[in-house]
Amino acid sequence: MTIGLTHYLTVAAILFTLGVLGIILNRKNIIIILMSVELILLSVNINLVSFSSYLGDLTGQVFSLFILTVAAAEAAIGLAILVTYYRNRGSIAVEDINVLKG
Amino acid sequence: MTPMSFALAHSLPEVFLAVGALGLLMLGVFRSGGRDWIISEAAIVILGIALLSMFVSLQGKALIYDDAFIDDAFGRFMKALTLGGALISLLLSREFMAREKIDFFEFPVLVLLATLGMLMLISANSLIALYLGLELMSLALYVIAAFHRDNLRASEAGLKYFVLGALSSGMLLYGSSLIYGFAGTVSFTGIAAALHGNVSIGVIFGLVFVLAGLAFKMSVVPFHMWTPDVYEGAPTPVTAFFASAAKMAAVAVTVRIIITAFPGVAPQWKQIIVFISILSMALGAFAAIGQTNIKRLMAYSSIGHMGFALVGLAPGTEKGVHGVLIYLAIYLVMTLGTFAAILSMRVNGRYVESISDLAGLSRSRKGLAFFLAMMMLSLAGIPPLAGFFAKWYVFLAAIDAGLYPLAVIGMLSSVVACFYYLRVVKIIYLDEPAALFESPSREVTAVMTLAGLAVVLYWVFPGPLVSAATAAAKSLF
Repeated sequence: MTIGLTHYLTVAAILFTLGVLGIILNRKNIIIILMSVELILLSVNINLVSFSSYLGDLTGQVFSLFILTVAAAEAAIGLAILVTYYRNRGSIAVEDINVLKG
Repeated sequence: MTPMSFALAHSLPEVFLAVGALGLLMLGVFRSGGRDWIISEAAIVILGIALLSMFVSLQGKALIYDDAFIDDAFGRFMKALTLGGALISLLLSREFMAREKIDFFEFPVLVLLATLGMLMLISANSLIALYLGLELMSLALYVIAAFHRDNLRASEAGLKYFVLGALSSGMLLYGSSLIYGFAGTVSFTGIAAALHGNVSIGVIFGLVFVLAGLAFKMSVVPFHMWTPDVYEGAPTPVTAFFASAAKMAAVAVTVRIIITAFPGVAPQWKQIIVFISILSMALGAFAAIGQTNIKRLMAYSSIGHMGFALVGLAPGTEKGVHGVLIYLAIYLVMTLGTFAAILSMRVNGRYVESISDLAGLSRSRKGLAFFLAMMMLSLAGIPPLAGFFAKWYVFLAAIDAGLYPLAVIGMLSSVVACFYYLRVVKIIYLDEPAALFESPSREVTAVMTLAGLAVVLYWVFPGPLVSAATAAAKSLF
């Protein structure tokens, strides 16, 4: 069996679904949400790189490099916000994020 | 003219903002640091220069930076609104930030960077440019939502905004990757050319994911859940910035991508736009009824208003886009005016946000009470105030295109929405007086005066806005 475009897309779709489910279903810890976000971005990169190779077009790989860069900045900002939240609330459990509601 | 100077001449506002933001960052770091007036004043000047530079820069339509960036009348119209929103939000922020002791120099710099991201987003002509503009805007917005870092509510707002924003940009990216794969290109014009004739299911999937990501930024149902919490928790001037400038950019890019990249799949996106538009109008009307916090009320109001703006996008016609542009311009003025009024709700040196705090305002502060009542009636869409004309244009376009159910549901939900706007007016005029507000700063008063005049007297002089919007809508088709 040769590994074709479909296999890569399937892996990426599974990773993307896992990432989204990780954000929605997770009731424990916000760090897990950050990990799920990374999973989503990496699944997109798999998609882009496999399309790029399949189409013989470099744009997809350039796109995925941009995504890697932005993902690093995004993780840094997410952790920074998480630290300020922890200092104010003393907890990073998802169920404790409940001051604002209504 | 060399290609480089041609490109620079067509992206003057972006260049000013980028250079200005970096310069102010250096200035802020090398000065004593901490709280500083000068950076904020300089940022307002830079935004003003960027706004003026659009009128002296090259007109006409140009594709620059390897076709990733488009400069046209539509972009310039939306950029003017965005820059205006950012400028006024920054002006409104000064007193608030000083009183809350969070007037650090990073705030104006972050506002400039977010505005730069919005301008790039409005001018994006490829999926990569769209993503980079969106992230530049969002990353700065996450930080300023949590800018009051010793305040639990602000940091919770920032955290919620970040988590849901990251999810939405993930969806947008997944959709972009599918569109790239199945259309073979990331440029909007290239996608439109590739979608001529046979349309693969992969592109439709991609379109749905991209629209989901953009719907989040516009805060329309079903991706609105962050809006009330973030609006309530974030510092009020930051909320004003979210409700004005950020909304303008998000709607602008949605209009651009739908009209320029996906005319080939019009039946598919029309269904989606009609669906989210109806849900947003209904949710905006019904969920706001029970609110007691005025910022939360404005959050639901903005969800509803984005639904109304999308009514104009649903026909996909030039007339519809024209309606959307007028709607956005008028909404910008109304929302900035209302937030200026919210910023003048101060009792004993503390800012209050409860609707009941407005009780009996007409007896203590006649001017403010009249102004806020006019804003509420305009948001509700009562003629002859500006908000009525905004709704008029989008509904007219929907009816022309034969979208009767959409127009009827829109009008019904605007009737329901009248209820909670009128409730605020009733509290202001008929209830027993609550605590007396302190007088607002000069900037806040000036913004309220201008917004009040624009809203009340729009019907006298609608020509300039209408003709600018006509030219802008024409450039997109």
